[in-house]
Amino acid sequence: MSAPGTINAGYLENLLAGQPHLPASPLAWLNALRAEAVDRVGVLTVPTLRDEEWRFTDISQLTKMSFHPVRTTISLQVADIERFYIEEATTRLVFIDGVYAPQLSSAITDNGVAVVNLEAGFAAHAAAIEPYLGRLTEFRDNVFAALNTAFLLDAALIVVPRDISVAVPVHMLFIATQKDVVSYPRCLLLAESGSAVTVIEDYVSLQEDAYFTNAVTEIALVDNARVNHIRVQREGAKAFHIANCAVSLARASNYQSVSVAFGARISRYNLNVQLAEEAECAVDGLALISGRQLADTHTCIDHAKPHAVSHQMHKCIVGGSAHAVFNGKIMVRQGAQRTDSRQSSRNLLLTNKAHVDTKPQLEIFADDVKCTHGATIGQLDNEEVFYLQSRGLSETAARNMLTYAFGAEIIERIPISSLKCQLEQTVLEQTTIQP
Amino acid sequence: MIYKDSKILLEVRGLCANVSGTEILKGLDLTVRSGEIHAIMGPNGSGKSTFSKILAGHSAYEVTGGTVMFEGQNLLELAPEERARAGVFLAFQYPIEIPGVGNSQFLRLTYNTVQTHRGKEELDPLEFDDYVREKMKLLEMSPDFLERSVNEGFSGGEKKRNEILQMAMLDPRLAILDETDSGLDIDALRIVANGVNQLANKDNAIVLVTHYQRLLNYIVPDYVHVMEAGRIIKTGGKELAFELESRGYDWVGVEHKATARATA
Repeated sequence: MSAPGTINAGYLENLLAGQPHLPASPLAWLNALRAEAVDRVGVLTVPTLRDEEWRFTDISQLTKMSFHPVRTTISLQVADIERFYIEEATTRLVFIDGVYAPQLSSAITDNGVAVVNLEAGFAAHAAAIEPYLGRLTEFRDNVFAALNTAFLLDAALIVVPRDISVAVPVHMLFIATQKDVVSYPRCLLLAESGSAVTVIEDYVSLQEDAYFTNAVTEIALVDNARVNHIRVQREGAKAFHIANCAVSLARASNYQSVSVAFGARISRYNLNVQLAEEAECAVDGLALISGRQLADTHTCIDHAKPHAVSHQMHKCIVGGSAHAVFNGKIMVRQGAQRTDSRQSSRNLLLTNKAHVDTKPQLEIFADDVKCTHGATIGQLDNEEVFYLQSRGLSETAARNMLTYAFGAEIIERIPISSLKCQLEQTVLEQTTIQP
Repeated sequence: MIYKDSKILLEVRGLCANVSGTEILKGLDLTVRSGEIHAIMGPNGSGKSTFSKILAGHSAYEVTGGTVMFEGQNLLELAPEERARAGVFLAFQYPIEIPGVGNSQFLRLTYNTVQTHRGKEELDPLEFDDYVREKMKLLEMSPDFLERSVNEGFSGGEKKRNEILQMAMLDPRLAILDETDSGLDIDALRIVANGVNQLANKDNAIVLVTHYQRLLNYIVPDYVHVMEAGRIIKTGGKELAFELESRGYDWVGVEHKATARATA
């Protein structure tokens, strides 16, 4: 047996190879953050099936491939990427292989609102973002978040000042264009007290060869802020996508998130949400995969304080010999009385070879709480199929409609109508079996 | 209404059926002619709902004997969707909810599918919208029913109205209404019954499957059948329903056994 530690060390060293070329930031704390991240990469190892948090998700294939940081940036025209645009989201930050593309972006700095590349936000917001950047994500224990932080340079920065509502959704578009490249997309959203904003975090590809996206998103909601976060993972078929998202909700803030995973050969999404008093979140997800895809969603909703509300519905539609994983932890800490938490994991298997592992986990250390959770795995309900047949639809049409509906229930929760229609179309195409 | 010389729509002879090995129907006979309204009544567990599901083609039930002819064709050979296209409609006791599919989209798809198979023109979304809104008036339904997901979050009465709306659109020759009155308050019952009455004509027939006589105050049947233990043991006119309401079902069984002994 080969020593896995050695393989990991070499692999991570290899990934870190491009890091020293990063220009130093004028901000000392940012340089220190990166240096610490480099140190952590040196200490941590790539997880294997032996790690509890990765026991269903085999990423050994990822470690067998060699990826390098982007060397030359590809220049794209509007015509190349227009099809990814979302009609309502006229404010747009575009990153090509992780590198900010100013000519394709429509940054704004207006009324104290900033939607910019990280560097451009330093002058006005360095002090405001310091407590959050690299702090919400626990990169010290997470090798992928540490790698991302080691390479922290370009990033989508959104700052919404006190009591401001941003009317137009913000589109953060991450485009993969080169094979064998590893990119490190990064987002930081700071919603100040009483503010409101809708953001779309969107991963797309212009090529079908293997590449690696290693993303980190941090979202801070100050008291009474409202954030709508839509996450669309539509990477190329051979892509590896590993993402960490950390969300911190201060008192009485409200976080609504819908994340959908359609793409990538192997994808892993870790979402950590921490709730203060009276904070509310809805965290919904859909993984729709087929062929030999693997899509893993790990969420942790942490009720750290009393009177918070969390609702979660996660669905997987699994075809071919694909494999979906859902691990949803709900943590109710001591003293988090009057917690109201509802979680449901629903899974639809379309073939005999499709596979799902679902693990809802409730950890409750308070005694006056309302927590429900449940998981179902199955095929379509025969009574439902019969109902539709009795209305004249063929069995195939009935099954297609029910499969579509299973996914559309999550897509419907996206508050941006053109994106909703577009994704409904994707679900329709991927769930339609021709008779 | 009973019309002279009207043609036979449905002819059931000696129908026997099992569900998971248990015999539920044990030699059921029923003849329904166009224009007629039939009520099938009987205690819980007598096989009423099973019978209606078998007519619609539910695969959980295994027909072990007897014949079912619908307008001259063997209904038992047809898949559920073929029966629907041929003109059989079942209004469900518990209509299913389909979150994620808009009611309007669903109604148009079923309507157009059935129309196509009947060799008629499909309607485009605009034409369909006019058509469905017209039909909705019949059931006093608000147009925002169209925007909602199929039956999702509908009250019991709204679901039943949505069933009758589908009946109105699919224009069946034979409509089977399975416990359509259950869970309805008096206003909803009146609206649903009024809708059904307007849909009844001399070319179609309606079979009401119901436990209670209440619905029959609003939809007046030409025939009332009493089912027990998987077969029809008594048939009468609308006055039989009143008798059942005041006397219950037990006496019918007793009378049936006495007749059976006398003829044995």
